[in-house]
Amino acid sequence: MTLTPSEAVTSSELLSVVASRELASRRTVFAGIGLPTLATELARLTVAPQIEVVYESGVCGAHPSHLPETIADAVLISGAEAVLSMPALFGYVLQGGHIDVGFLGAAQIDRWGNLNTSVIGDWERPDVRLPGSGGAIEVMANSREVFVVMRRHTPRSFTAALDFCTTPGPDRALAEGIRPLGVGVTRVITELGILAREGIGEELRLVAVHPGVTVDQVREATGWELEVADSVATVEPPTAAELRLLRKDVDPGRVYLR
Amino acid sequence: MSMREAVAAFVQDGATVGLEGFTHLIPTAAGHEIIRQGRRDLTVVRMTADIVVDQMIAAGCVSRLVSSFVGNSSAGSLGELRRRVERADPAPLAFEEYSHYGMVCRYLAGAQRLPFYPLRSYGGSDLPGVNGALRKVTSPYPGPDGGSEEIYVVPPVNPDVTIVHAQRADRLGNTQIWGLTGIQAEAVYAADRAIVVVEELVDERVVRSDPNRTLIPAHAVDAVVVCPRGAHPSFAQGYYDRDNAFYRAWSHMSADPERLREWLDEWVYGTADHAEYAAKLGEEYWAKLAVGEALSEPVDYGRRL
Repeated sequence: MTLTPSEAVTSSELLSVVASRELASRRTVFAGIGLPTLATELARLTVAPQIEVVYESGVCGAHPSHLPETIADAVLISGAEAVLSMPALFGYVLQGGHIDVGFLGAAQIDRWGNLNTSVIGDWERPDVRLPGSGGAIEVMANSREVFVVMRRHTPRSFTAALDFCTTPGPDRALAEGIRPLGVGVTRVITELGILAREGIGEELRLVAVHPGVTVDQVREATGWELEVADSVATVEPPTAAELRLLRKDVDPGRVYLR
Repeated sequence: MSMREAVAAFVQDGATVGLEGFTHLIPTAAGHEIIRQGRRDLTVVRMTADIVVDQMIAAGCVSRLVSSFVGNSSAGSLGELRRRVERADPAPLAFEEYSHYGMVCRYLAGAQRLPFYPLRSYGGSDLPGVNGALRKVTSPYPGPDGGSEEIYVVPPVNPDVTIVHAQRADRLGNTQIWGLTGIQAEAVYAADRAIVVVEELVDERVVRSDPNRTLIPAHAVDAVVVCPRGAHPSFAQGYYDRDNAFYRAWSHMSADPERLREWLDEWVYGTADHAEYAAKLGEEYWAKLAVGEALSEPVDYGRRL
């Protein structure tokens, strides 16, 4: 498929495709709405047909007739394999250790993959009050690994010091003597490239850039001295097949494909 | 009981009020009646503080909020809540912040009258630093490695009254919910009193034909209020769909305090009750939220011959 200029790959398409590829071989994925929905649905059609998507609302194994607009969309309920109560979803599924990959977003992330979704500024009298944790604390503490998708890669969002740590990775938890189930953030997919860390004690490291992006650009956009892999790959651009699926089958109404 | 009578009887000034419903079955009509009756100084307990909480805050009903998510779902911000928290405009708002499972565990402890409930969250988070109710204890049992294990605990929450919305109940108060079942049952059992608001009242035989669907038995319910479409703009599975356009509109409307107050004047203070609110929206409006049928296969409970 040759792309006409109007069909040039958008940032959300690129992020969805890259995230979907990372889901190969994973089984249970805890996803929110938006980019994670696109990524998990595309993965189901490509590299991971076995995926079971779990939503914070309690839905397990959704088979929606339409693209869901919220994590609680009625179309996720009708035809789902199971709908669990909050104690079951958070207590048995998450804390019980059944999630392979959790998807999270954040206003700020630091080099260890700790996240802030509470406030910009001081908690008592913030400049900006953000929604807060929701279930993010539980997703981070209990998923085997966590993928973060960030639309904007700026020194303000990729910061050396979080204004507030809502959602700690396991390194911070271990410092308190509390051992979480998983290893925390393993992939951060941004508009510039992919940062990765494999396990506890590791910093995020730049492993790939999108075509046309330089390593220096990513360094400048990151608010800490960014570790860079010995050889930084260039992200394979979305294939015609991936884009076709995304545009025609996953999100034909372009609800999230901006 | 009418909504007016139930709120007048069970929601006092200064009370702690649990309002639950996780995106689905949000007790909006009850929140509006609390606004109409001018309740003051309430502590509102709600996992996802969303539009109805923003409206109650704007109306001056709420002095303290206990919550784990203060956003307009995925549709944007709550304007009034942000003004109150960011600038104390027009007054400060006391806020106790938890994570979702933290709130779930507070209800679980409350429902079971336990002194606390442990969870594997909060290690390394800044939340315990701003919320003294998040405490750490040493497990009385050895951990997996034989050593001692520390774990965070949350205190119980026991609202004076919990209000939930549901699809149907019988006259006795046996309440059936399907679709997202959230935290409603735990929130009801945690409370001293409980009001259940339902889309429809059904015969006892209907409930007893499917007892597994009764999530809240009559013994936990103090009042049943029949209030069709009372969860709008959220949804009632099988009855009407979520009003996504309203959620998106609220982010813009609530950003302007004048517009928000005009909305309250017109749609809450300007309507006598929820029936009038629903009628004011008009049947054409409701037709857009109509849903088709998707029946479950009947189950056979069997009977002794």
